Amino acid sequence: MDWETVIGIETHAQLSTASKIFSGAATQFGAAPNVQACAVDIALPGVLPVLNRAAVEKAVRLGLAVGAQINRRSVFARKNYFYPDLPKGYQISQYELPVVQGGSLPVMIKDVAKIVKLTRAHLEEDAGKSLHEDFHGLSGIDLNRAGTPLLEIVTEPDMRSAEEAVAYAKALHALVRWIGICDGNMQEGSFRCDANVSVRPKGAQVLGTRCEIKNLNSFRFLEEAINYEVRRQIELLEDGGSVVQETRLYDPERKQTRSMRSKEDAHDYRYFPDPDLLPLVISAETIEQIRSELPELPQAKRERYMRDYQLSPYDAGVLTSSREVADFYENLIQALGGGYKLASSWIAGELFGALKRAGLEICQSPISSGQLAGLLQRIQNNAINGKQAKEVFDAMWNGEGDAEAIILARGLTQISDARELEQIIDGVLAANLKSVEEYRAGKEKAFNALVGQAMKATKGNGNPAQINGILKKKLEG
Amino acid sequence: MLNSTLKQLSALLAQKKLSSVELTQSYLDRVARLNPGLNAFVTVDADRSLAQARAADAQIAAGKAQALTGIPVAHKDIFCAKGWRTTCGSKMLANFVSPYDAHVVERLNAAGAVILGKTNMDEFAMGSSSETCFWGPVKNPWDRTRVPGGSSGGSAAAVAARMAPVAIGTDTGGSIRQPAALSGICGLKPTYGVVSRYGMIAFASSLDQGGPLAKSAADLALMLNVMAGFDARDSTSLERPAEDYARALEAPPTGDRAKPLAGLRIGVPKEYFGEGLGSDVGAAVEAALAQFEKLGAQRVAISLPNSGLSVPAYYVIAPAEASSNLSRFDGVRYGYRAAEYSDLADMYRKSRAQGFGAEVKRRILIGTYVLSHGYYDAYYLKAQKIRRLIARDFVEAYQQCDLIMGPTSPNVAFALGAKASDPVQMYLNDIYTVAANLAGLPAMSIPCGFGEGNMPVGLHLTGNYFAEAKMLHAAHQYQLATDWHLRQPAGTE
Repeated sequence: MDWETVIGIETHAQLSTASKIFSGAATQFGAAPNVQACAVDIALPGVLPVLNRAAVEKAVRLGLAVGAQINRRSVFARKNYFYPDLPKGYQISQYELPVVQGGSLPVMIKDVAKIVKLTRAHLEEDAGKSLHEDFHGLSGIDLNRAGTPLLEIVTEPDMRSAEEAVAYAKALHALVRWIGICDGNMQEGSFRCDANVSVRPKGAQVLGTRCEIKNLNSFRFLEEAINYEVRRQIELLEDGGSVVQETRLYDPERKQTRSMRSKEDAHDYRYFPDPDLLPLVISAETIEQIRSELPELPQAKRERYMRDYQLSPYDAGVLTSSREVADFYENLIQALGGGYKLASSWIAGELFGALKRAGLEICQSPISSGQLAGLLQRIQNNAINGKQAKEVFDAMWNGEGDAEAIILARGLTQISDARELEQIIDGVLAANLKSVEEYRAGKEKAFNALVGQAMKATKGNGNPAQINGILKKKLEG
Repeated sequence: MLNSTLKQLSALLAQKKLSSVELTQSYLDRVARLNPGLNAFVTVDADRSLAQARAADAQIAAGKAQALTGIPVAHKDIFCAKGWRTTCGSKMLANFVSPYDAHVVERLNAAGAVILGKTNMDEFAMGSSSETCFWGPVKNPWDRTRVPGGSSGGSAAAVAARMAPVAIGTDTGGSIRQPAALSGICGLKPTYGVVSRYGMIAFASSLDQGGPLAKSAADLALMLNVMAGFDARDSTSLERPAEDYARALEAPPTGDRAKPLAGLRIGVPKEYFGEGLGSDVGAAVEAALAQFEKLGAQRVAISLPNSGLSVPAYYVIAPAEASSNLSRFDGVRYGYRAAEYSDLADMYRKSRAQGFGAEVKRRILIGTYVLSHGYYDAYYLKAQKIRRLIARDFVEAYQQCDLIMGPTSPNVAFALGAKASDPVQMYLNDIYTVAANLAGLPAMSIPCGFGEGNMPVGLHLTGNYFAEAKMLHAAHQYQLATDWHLRQPAGTE
């Protein structure tokens, strides 16, 4: 039987606010345990939550970026359950009335665009951490993370493969960083996904029973976990069994998912509106203010690059993979006063290659967009050839200064003087009669050999296009 | 001195006829003498109190005295006070020393008031008799075989027995007003949001409100001046211009001096005088209403048609919120933890089973039930709808009147243990008081006579939103014309 996979994703994006969602304690990662937990975070008797408006503003940014409805009135509710790292015995979250409703995210799967619909996005607080190592049969509790603001972003069951799910997760990851609401640091848990996975016979209308795989904190784990889970469910069904609705965990070492708790063990969270917090009311003016501060979004930029700069969909996609890359590109073409394709190919080629080898992000690039512009200008002016340009790039990367200084210091001027080149080529032809004969006998390869000899004779500084032209003229003339 | 008003005490302090240290010490002496028989205080810390008194004396000497500077105040043990054991009447917090001050405590401290001690209360404020306390029941100073009312029974008994000039309490369904009535003193629950709940250990967040207990309306006004005020740490705290409630008392009557309340329309709801009301209480309230008419007020018959639903709605909403509010008492970070347990679930189970008393457990169970999947709509949502209906009843009533009056409690104080085994009978004590909490309205109780067993009767006043000044003015005028509020229980001289 042919099976269809159905996937929905819930993402917890940690909002990059300086303080917590309901207290004034700092949210910085990596502090010593419990030093960033104030009276509210440890839930002393009598303390009360106060909403951090910066978290709301970031939620609205996301809502606007995905074209969702911003609920002018939303409600914080209490989700009640006992756990040692949940100090109040309830988590403050949004339940019936979330701040963001609907919306969608365009996703590129290879070169095909797909729209993933969103159900909602709601604000909530994170729990603390239970530490089970180093305590010899006891558990340690670190409440630094308790009360950190999260935006839970929930999709419709719109994805049909692990590949689509990963493409969605990457697009969302890029977007939250793009609009500056989340640092996207997956190792530190700032961006983590839960995947709801089910399978059904191809063509079936009814959804199969789903399993939720929790806390996937890398794209690779997301992909592996879904692929494993799909295989597991199909095998179960093909063997005449049935899928049990449950929450599962992914074990990256065994590359397997395993059961965490079944539906029967599911808590009754006894949601009810938190009486300590008034309904969250957002004015139309606030929404418009936030809208006016939104940067141009990746999708719009991508389309503009393709339309105005005639870039390919792939190149436009690469240049809009993050706001930093797009900013670098735009600064570069502004300095160049054009050169859209040249700038695009140098960023995607030399610069990304060098960054990747060095393990750096574009914001850490030792070559600034201004410096790169200096180099590309010289290519445009035919002052240096491609090979020389790569040499200048490497020197620039190593901190030898701007393009002009490097070119001067290394004497990298291109020989474009026709008479000088003709003299050199005459010498090359005289010394390589065999190749000349071969070429004239119809061996195209011999031509390339002659070009190579000519370049060698110019010590690599000849203008390749001119050398080509002169050679052709002399051989055919 | 024992029957002096705050204004008089303040004058004595200002004139250096009395120091705060002397005043505080004299009350500490009374606590030492009377408290063993009444059990109104659970924590007294003379050193701390006297240190505050010395600081107050220094303030007075420096000419920086305010209205409450140097005045000892008894604090219900629900208010977190830095360095003070704060138990909320529970074994769960029997050893909890608060590392911070509640907003109300901060304000009282800043005003120079002295914390005289922490008063006994029903466990987590759940009760109408101050019998569910982990520290044993509070006795009524008028008759030690009877209850003082609750949950702020310790604060009420402390003021009634003149162990403190004033006290603070909290009111979720009548917990200031009912003990004030049963103990023969005055108590005020402000409009929801007027007094910050920060640092007040939560029972039912949408109903809880702090307020003063005192011998007179004038003293309540001075206390409210300090207690009221916006607090950014409580999202339900209201930001409004400060009001001088004491000045409102002195508002000069327009026209006839013998009729200072001329023009005041007093609504008397027929539903408050039906079945269940003790005839002794009814008679005392009727006499008080007649007195108000003598003072120029006009009596208007009104109806609050949904008042019969207030107790059922209250006993869904309050336990629902409490069941969640009390989840933080889990033995993990502070408070009681069972000595032995096998695993995490067992630690929770045993710590909470041993740390909470029966009434608290009953309410946690009720609250958990009404919020459960499949029951939420039938109970919690329905109760919220009733709550809106009750609030609407009042909105309509205030088109016809300025204040609503009736009995605070259906009967005078009952015998210790009389209702302890019948929770529904106990809950019906709140029948006249819970509506003000459900609607968020200000309400107060003042002494208006004596009933069965020569026990005090309370008159209940409910105002419109932010009508505290109007209520206090009416009560003050009544107290200028009567002396019920000056009566002191025998044996407390």
